[in-house]
Amino acid sequence: MITDIYYVIPEIFLSLSLMFLLLLGVFKKDGSKIVYNLSLVSLIITVPLILNVPSDSETLIFNDSYKIDYLSNFIKILIVVSTLFVLLTSSQYLKLIKIFNMEYPILILSSILGMMVMVSSNDLIVFYIGLELQSLALYVLASFNRDNILSSESGLKYFVLSALSSGLLLYGCSLVYGFSSSTNFSQISFNYEQSIEGVTFGMVFILVGLAFKISAVPFHMWAPDVYQGSPTSVTLFFAILPKIAALTVFIRFLYSPFVNLVDQWQSIIIFLSIASMLFGAIAAIGQKNLKRLAAYSSISHMGYVLAGLSAGTNQGIQSSVLYISIYLVMNLALFSCILMLKKDNKYYENIDDLSGLSKNHPLLSFSLLVVLFSLAGIPPLAGFFAKFYVFAAVIEQSMFFLAIVGLMSTVVAAFYYLRIIKVIYFDKEIDKFDTDHNLGLKISLTITTILILIYFIYPNSLIDFVSKINLV
Amino acid sequence: MDIPILSLLICLPAIGALFILFTTSNSNKYNSHKYISIFISVVNFFLSIYLWYQFDKSNPTFQFVENRNWIYGFINYKVGIDGISILFIILTTFITPLCILSVNSTIKKRLKDFLIAILIMESLMIGVFCSLDLVIFYLFFEGGLIPMFLIIGIWGGERRVYSAFKFFLYTLLGSVLMLVAIIYIYWITGTTDVEKLYQIGIDAKYQKILWLAFFSSFAVKTPMWPVHTWLPDAHVEAPTAGSVLLAAILLKMAGYGFIRFSIGLFPIGSEYFVTLVYILSLIAIIYTSLVALMQEDMKKLIAYSSVAHMGFVTLGIFTMTQQGIEGSIFQMISHGIISAALFLCVGVIYERMHTRQIKNYGGIVTVMPKYSIVLMIFTLGALGLPGTTGFVGEFLILIGAFKDNFLVAVIASFGVILGAAYMLWLYKRVVFGEIINKDLRNMLDLNKSELIILSSLAIPSLYFGFYPEPLISTVEISVTNLINNYNSSLDIYLANKK
Repeated sequence: MITDIYYVIPEIFLSLSLMFLLLLGVFKKDGSKIVYNLSLVSLIITVPLILNVPSDSETLIFNDSYKIDYLSNFIKILIVVSTLFVLLTSSQYLKLIKIFNMEYPILILSSILGMMVMVSSNDLIVFYIGLELQSLALYVLASFNRDNILSSESGLKYFVLSALSSGLLLYGCSLVYGFSSSTNFSQISFNYEQSIEGVTFGMVFILVGLAFKISAVPFHMWAPDVYQGSPTSVTLFFAILPKIAALTVFIRFLYSPFVNLVDQWQSIIIFLSIASMLFGAIAAIGQKNLKRLAAYSSISHMGYVLAGLSAGTNQGIQSSVLYISIYLVMNLALFSCILMLKKDNKYYENIDDLSGLSKNHPLLSFSLLVVLFSLAGIPPLAGFFAKFYVFAAVIEQSMFFLAIVGLMSTVVAAFYYLRIIKVIYFDKEIDKFDTDHNLGLKISLTITTILILIYFIYPNSLIDFVSKINLV
Repeated sequence: MDIPILSLLICLPAIGALFILFTTSNSNKYNSHKYISIFISVVNFFLSIYLWYQFDKSNPTFQFVENRNWIYGFINYKVGIDGISILFIILTTFITPLCILSVNSTIKKRLKDFLIAILIMESLMIGVFCSLDLVIFYLFFEGGLIPMFLIIGIWGGERRVYSAFKFFLYTLLGSVLMLVAIIYIYWITGTTDVEKLYQIGIDAKYQKILWLAFFSSFAVKTPMWPVHTWLPDAHVEAPTAGSVLLAAILLKMAGYGFIRFSIGLFPIGSEYFVTLVYILSLIAIIYTSLVALMQEDMKKLIAYSSVAHMGFVTLGIFTMTQQGIEGSIFQMISHGIISAALFLCVGVIYERMHTRQIKNYGGIVTVMPKYSIVLMIFTLGALGLPGTTGFVGEFLILIGAFKDNFLVAVIASFGVILGAAYMLWLYKRVVFGEIINKDLRNMLDLNKSELIILSSLAIPSLYFGFYPEPLISTVEISVTNLINNYNSSLDIYLANKK
């Protein structure tokens, strides 16, 4: 038992620093700045702690309810590093719209703590605790700008719909437990051979709940409103982190307790994938608000991630993880750009506000150009490789229909990305935006843009890590 | 070879573009960005000439091959050239500096960004012609969409947005099927290395569907009838330098792709679909020639003539004869030079009159004699008068076609006549006759830089018209090798079938 603790040092450290920061924030007046800085520090410290956990082989701890393997560590590092970037980009925004409160970094930390538990869980109950920890923090974050009606609305909407999906998920868990008499992932797959129908029933509910969390069609309805209403920095958080965590749980569920039900879940995942890709691409065409558009684009990107999963092979899992890693970088870059669109202490988020941006802000427009073409999946940018890998995995399984629909929907999606580029580059310029961005925002935009731009020179950099994931 | 000369050719323009991006500004009075880009592209041209000089014409295999690990165990960065690709590389490096020279008067705003786009474009196009791995090829092939989209969209004419979108979406839609096919080839053969694929071949049962997937991409890019409609729009709206790049080089990527991949990798598929290509090519030749006859806009007329000429090219390639394929390659080079020149010629008078409508011109021979002579050379080149490169290409293609199918050749010959009709009629309406439009009297004849650009295009078009041997001898061995491989794999297939 004592040796087990050694494996969860990152989580323990994060929860201790979270509580410490909470106390500090309560007792120190005007402590939001110091809490913000200290939360950055604790995130930075968490990275080596995660790296320190041995991950070469699979380790089950706490009565097999918690699993440490390469995938969990990789995802945890992704989560922590991208949270670092999210916090770096958001400080100026929070200060300007006057919600730079000490609760903000604390909520974010507790949310990612929940995610870290989620990605390592090997037991239905542990998984559910992690999920609820991250979701509760997210409800508050969505309505963090409480004076803003849209933000309150999005928080409430997210809460109601998410509670519903959590209920479905819990119901599914109970069904699975009822038919397999175990909550342990590794046990479940041994136990249910007698009653496949019952477990399948439970599995469908669980998949629905998870599909809600990654906003896959037809469980996507909350995404556009919540994306638009939440403060932009929170939207960025929404766009990346819950998706990484939920995707990992998807992988865990599909390849551990339900690994013998491939025939059952494969068609569900394929349906979710095709529906998300097509819907995301088509619905985004008419959007005027950049954040709303980002919501639809993330819906269609989730479709590609699911396409990789549906292949049911190691290659497929690796491609999905690769996709989500590149997706993360692209979204960080996109939202860094959106966070730069401010003028006289007001933020702009409509596509028309970008009109002629390239005249006044050549570098910002260039970054947007790179990001948008990459989101559209045009070579040689990073987004192309993400799609390439996913479709390589899909075509390996001879799932041509999925591959062709997916690639056709990239053409449709290209249209709305091009439309933004058109507004930026081809249209008449309007007033200049402010350029006094803080260092964190500039750094994160520069790093992400360069990563996207030069990824093709050395694609092994990411593939080397991803290819160590071995679940099947 | 110690120096990775092909990688150098690919990287040099991109490095130049980066250099310009960081060192100069748009409002540069001394035009230093222009001189840098001319310098870079001229250096690249001489580098490619050096490559040609070093190239061993008697060797049918790929030369100057570089093979590096790119994605471990999956894809290698492999480049190399044979007799076919080297000509296209030289065409690219030859046209690009002329494009950059021509921007003097045509590009008014954001010259720096334009030059960066052109240089990036050059890198990508050279990459297309020397990549020996399907994925690398796809990367370069599709990457070219980005700069071209911006060139049309930012510096284009009134309907530039429509044209840019149409161009982008058409070509992207065509290409995604090719991507599926490339990945599928990887899974059925275990490699995307072209040289290896030539050796091991692809199983006959997959060839037809794979051929169609590649065809969908190349047919859009060529462009073949009925997916040619993006071309006139893109040409008309693009700035002169953009049209030149588009006509001279971008269209050749598809023709090159047909030779290198469709015929090289899928001989059985090609044999099966020859009739389809013949029919589409013939429709392209006859139909678009007729459409060209009726055009009011000069650029549009030349754009339609491009479609017709590319129809000859696809026809020649799929005759699968030595003459047909050599003729197609020759025709592509010739069309690259001549259509580039014709677009530049239109650009010259457009700069002076700001109209491309044919009816606004007439009788400019009296005010612009030098221009009229130059335009005549290229008009005659485009209609294939003996002594110009256009003749050699079309002649070889028709010989190949006669060898293969008499009827096809006869119909294609009508295209030559129609070609003469619309080009001569265009020339007559623009150059001869009375001056009706009074503004024309103030037009100045060609200035020095225009004369330099146009005559440097005229010289090769006449020289290789009279003496095509250097080009033909370069491609000869490679084409023979290609056809031998093609026939032998067909023979094996037929023998197995029996």
